[in-house]
Amino acid sequence: MNTFHQIVWLGRRSLLFTLRQPVQIVPSIFFPLMFLVVIAAGGDRASTIPGFPAESYFAFALGGAFVQGTMLSGVNSGSKLAYDIETGFLDRLVLTPVGSGSILIGHMIGSLAVSLIQLFTFLAAGLIGGVHIAAGVPGILVMFALALAVSIAFSALGVIVGVRTGSSEAVQSAFPLFFILLIFSSYMLPRNLMEADWFRWFATANPASYLIEGIRSLVITGWDLGALAAGFGTAAGVAALTLTGAAVSLRRKAVWS
Amino acid sequence: MKAYLDSVRAVTRRNLVNAIRNPALTVQPALGPIVFLVAFGGGLSAFGDIPGFDFPSGYTSFQFVFILMQAGVFNGVFLGITLARDLESGFARRLMLAIEHRTAMVVGYVLAGAVRSLLMFAILFGVGLAAGMQIDGSAWHMLALFTFPLLLSIVGSLFASGIALRFQTVQAAPLMFMPSFMLLFLSPLLVPFDLLSGWIKAVARFNPVTYFLEAGRGFISGRPHDTLLAYALGAGMVAVFSVWAVRSLKRAEAAG
Repeated sequence: MNTFHQIVWLGRRSLLFTLRQPVQIVPSIFFPLMFLVVIAAGGDRASTIPGFPAESYFAFALGGAFVQGTMLSGVNSGSKLAYDIETGFLDRLVLTPVGSGSILIGHMIGSLAVSLIQLFTFLAAGLIGGVHIAAGVPGILVMFALALAVSIAFSALGVIVGVRTGSSEAVQSAFPLFFILLIFSSYMLPRNLMEADWFRWFATANPASYLIEGIRSLVITGWDLGALAAGFGTAAGVAALTLTGAAVSLRRKAVWS
Repeated sequence: MKAYLDSVRAVTRRNLVNAIRNPALTVQPALGPIVFLVAFGGGLSAFGDIPGFDFPSGYTSFQFVFILMQAGVFNGVFLGITLARDLESGFARRLMLAIEHRTAMVVGYVLAGAVRSLLMFAILFGVGLAAGMQIDGSAWHMLALFTFPLLLSIVGSLFASGIALRFQTVQAAPLMFMPSFMLLFLSPLLVPFDLLSGWIKAVARFNPVTYFLEAGRGFISGRPHDTLLAYALGAGMVAVFSVWAVRSLKRAEAAG
């Protein structure tokens, strides 16, 4: 079996595993969607703050929901891998000629599928909520591309945590850390309106801000090449680091097994 | 009566000793509210610039009241998770066999939750002061303010204990968290009630947490209002969820 076939079979398994368990899908769609709807409704008047960049707070917050959802579903893939370790499946798998790259990519296919379902759901919620995507249909495609890049980057991070800990509970207990990463970003307010210097500094140093601002620019501004370059550059940088880390972790796991 | 009180004291003491010996039980519920206080108070202060936002004590104080309510509710829910864990391990079942009046067990857990909440409120108060929170109310106003999250902590404990007793597993935790999360977030969290609009205003109007928040914000700004309504709602919720917890206990007893 060549590498392509290995990826297809492992990807199929990951996809079926994910789709057969609504508990894998529903929370990572429901929580960001609920957070978006509630925060957007409660913070609706924020659009009247002098200097606020959008006419609707819902449109402003939509990009954050995209990143939150894809981040969560990405990390969730680590919990699936940890489950495979707990049940001994991964140990048996690494005894076969299947490469660690195939295992990694195969695992990500399930989380990418969840991310796609999320993206369509959030987009539908946005459109129902009256959001107009400033960059039009091509912008939606670019939004999806950036969001899927985020999903890949954080899937790999989930794989690292899953392989290192071997515990799905440990992966899930890392979720609040990602929520903190989002809360201390430009998810809820643009950086130029943050009045506390320390918070603005933290949000500027936080990669999640650039991922959110890249997607947000397509929703509220149109084609802002600077924001898109920062978004894709950050996603590529994080993905390069986490994919390398995930590949190394899986290879070490194979050697120990 | 003495036997009942002894049972309550023993269960409360055991829970508090557990919390001291296992600091994660105290630290974990406190982390969320602290993060929210720092993030919302510090990062979202521009919400205070919204035209019509009339809260002279500042946005950190405005958010502090919400964070207290959140801490109260979530601490109550974590107490329910502790009970669920004790039921799962069989400890609570042995406890139910050992004590004469089993409601004393629930009262003991709820009391322990209330004491843990008070400790958490003190920590949050310190964090709030460090974050530059402005207090315009008197010492009495502040004491009165803390009664609202305490009431919510008791309500949260009773609600979560009921879930724990019915399902007897930690896996029921999402059933405890979800309604609590909804109750908290469908309230005037980011702006005062008068600045809400659309469907959230209609929902928030029927959400008791709204009245706790409004009354609590009145206390911290030294301009108390709608306090009687908030206390009446709190008393009503304690009564309703006490019945819920006792009925759940009966169901657990019937299930053996």
